[in-house]
Amino acid sequence: MSQTTPAIRCNGIKKVYGTGDTQVHALRGVDLEVHAGELLMLVGPSGCGKTTLISIIAGILDQTEGDCSLFGQDFRQLPPAERVRYRGKHIGFVFQAFNLIPTLTVAENTAIPLLINGEKREKAIARAIQCLEEVGLGSKVDAFPSQLSGGQQQRVAIARALVHDPKLVVCDEPTSALDHQTGTKVMEVLKGLAMDGKRSLVIVTHDARIFEFADRIAHMDDGHIERVEARAAQDN
Amino acid sequence: MFRVALKMLFGDRGKYLGIVIGIALASVLMINQPGIMISILKTVNGLINDVSGPDLWVMDPMVKNVDDVKPMQDTQLYRVRGVKGVAWAVPFYKGSTKVRMSNGETVQSVMVGLDDATLIGGPTEMLQGRLADLREPDGIIVDKAGAEGRLAKPSPQPGGKPIPLKVGDTLEINDQRAVVVGIARATQTFASQPTIYTTYGRAKSYALSERKMLSYVLAKAQAGESPEVVARRITHDTGLRGLTSEEFKQKNLDYMIHNTSIIVNFGFVVLIGFIVGAAVTGQIFYNFTLDNLRHFGVFKAMGTPDSVLRRMILLQALVVGFIGFGLGAGITGTFAAMKANSTDLSMTLNWQLLSASGAAVLLIVLMAALISIRKVMKLEPAIVFKG
Ligand SMILES: Nc1ncnc2c1ncn2[C@@H]1O[C@H](COP(=O)(O)OP(=O)(O)OP(=O)(O)O)[C@@H](O)[C@H]1O
Ligand SMILES: [Mg+2]
Repeated sequence: MSQTTPAIRCNGIKKVYGTGDTQVHALRGVDLEVHAGELLMLVGPSGCGKTTLISIIAGILDQTEGDCSLFGQDFRQLPPAERVRYRGKHIGFVFQAFNLIPTLTVAENTAIPLLINGEKREKAIARAIQCLEEVGLGSKVDAFPSQLSGGQQQRVAIARALVHDPKLVVCDEPTSALDHQTGTKVMEVLKGLAMDGKRSLVIVTHDARIFEFADRIAHMDDGHIERVEARAAQDN
Repeated sequence: MFRVALKMLFGDRGKYLGIVIGIALASVLMINQPGIMISILKTVNGLINDVSGPDLWVMDPMVKNVDDVKPMQDTQLYRVRGVKGVAWAVPFYKGSTKVRMSNGETVQSVMVGLDDATLIGGPTEMLQGRLADLREPDGIIVDKAGAEGRLAKPSPQPGGKPIPLKVGDTLEINDQRAVVVGIARATQTFASQPTIYTTYGRAKSYALSERKMLSYVLAKAQAGESPEVVARRITHDTGLRGLTSEEFKQKNLDYMIHNTSIIVNFGFVVLIGFIVGAAVTGQIFYNFTLDNLRHFGVFKAMGTPDSVLRRMILLQALVVGFIGFGLGAGITGTFAAMKANSTDLSMTLNWQLLSASGAAVLLIVLMAALISIRKVMKLEPAIVFKG
């Protein structure tokens, strides 16, 4: 795994929220590499900067200092419109709170990244249904999110994150809202579908029970990455 | 994504209905009230509009508006005829009289007396009979609303429909016989009194008690003379006041507007409609956006360009505006149509009114959209990861 090309490269990332007295140093210099085809977990105590770091990696937040590039592309060198388009094409998102749109069907929710990328509705829905079948929800395509269980909703979110075949998927606490068994099932689905050898996954989690799915785990504390461990070493 | 925007809107049934109903109510107020006001203002000039032919109205200088008749001596007619540039001039009587119906009931009516020779100033649209029939003995013409309304004969059976006056029926005016020789269409008066047309000479005999009978002199400027110039000349030469028809109408409207609070009253209701419409719908629409802020954040993070987000919100606002206005205009229009055939004072519904209220609704929804768009534009996509 360590021989693959870096998909994400962060050098000396610092992030300061606010100004003056209310300043918060969320990241104090983070160096990190994530390889293509790798599943990296970010773990650490609450408030240590995990969400801040994946937000910067995903290009939805600007760092205060340092460089971060995604497949060799530094977001800050792109004009804002390009940057939005890049995000739409190459990044998939999974959230703790699922963030499905209640008035859209499961298939429509799943198709959103394709619609954002300008895909025709029929094609987008067809592709979405295919993805939903892969996450085991082929029978629920016309249901509304409220008619699904938490685990099912998160599987819809996974289908949505993968439907446009992104190079990177970022997940913030994808299993925290689920019980252990469901969380494990969701992780199995996610890992099974997302890991195609090229795509990278960065997952922020508190949930030690899913650590087993990681290739590497980056331990964070107080705005730093303390250490990065390869899972293979812990497995015995 | 526009379909997604619409689904978001229609899916939130409560707010969607709230906004649409708010806009519909605002539209109803903003169409209905000015409509009624225009109708009222129109009645003020009904008499002048109904009189075709003359382009000059000559009156006592003290006259404040068309209903404020200050009778003049008959001899003034000849003085007007003598003014340079006047092609012709005829007498015109407008007064009030009590008409006694066959069952003995009396009805206060407007009486109009037309020049015996020319019948100038008579109604332009006859529904039964001919204007010239006024020359028959005791002939009068009654307006349709009066004939079907207050002057209609009571039904023989109790509770039955009254029978409209028709040609050949007789009435009594000041103890004198009057025979209906025609039914005409005339603009409703504000007080909805029947209008009775007769000749100037006969009006004199119906209104015995009045010393001076000449309410107005209707005149026409000679070809090639401007009516305004001739009007000024009449004023100068006779000491009366000469006005063109348009000037006289304007004078009446001015009087109505300055001496009644009609504009203020109706304007106030329209303003309330606008403010309530803007406040209520703006508020609900903004809340709708706030409810969906998280979803807009998700769209933003997932790569939706700002321009698309702006258009999604604009579409949502325009759709509720369009449907709400359509509903409001439809309701108002239906009511107007239902009342159109009745002889009551109804509301005027014209394209100017519809486009003005449509523009007001557009303004409301655009303002609502703008506030929502501002909120969404300022939204940080990073909120999607916040709990
Ligand atoms: N928008 C913001 N403005 C100000 N401070 C912020 C903001 N977002 C995060 N912070 C602060 O930055 C620090 C890091 O926050 P972050 O959300 O990255 O932590 P986290 O590791 O994801 O925590 P958790 O496990 O609780 O989600 C925290 O102290 C937090 O209070
Ligand atoms: Mg977090």
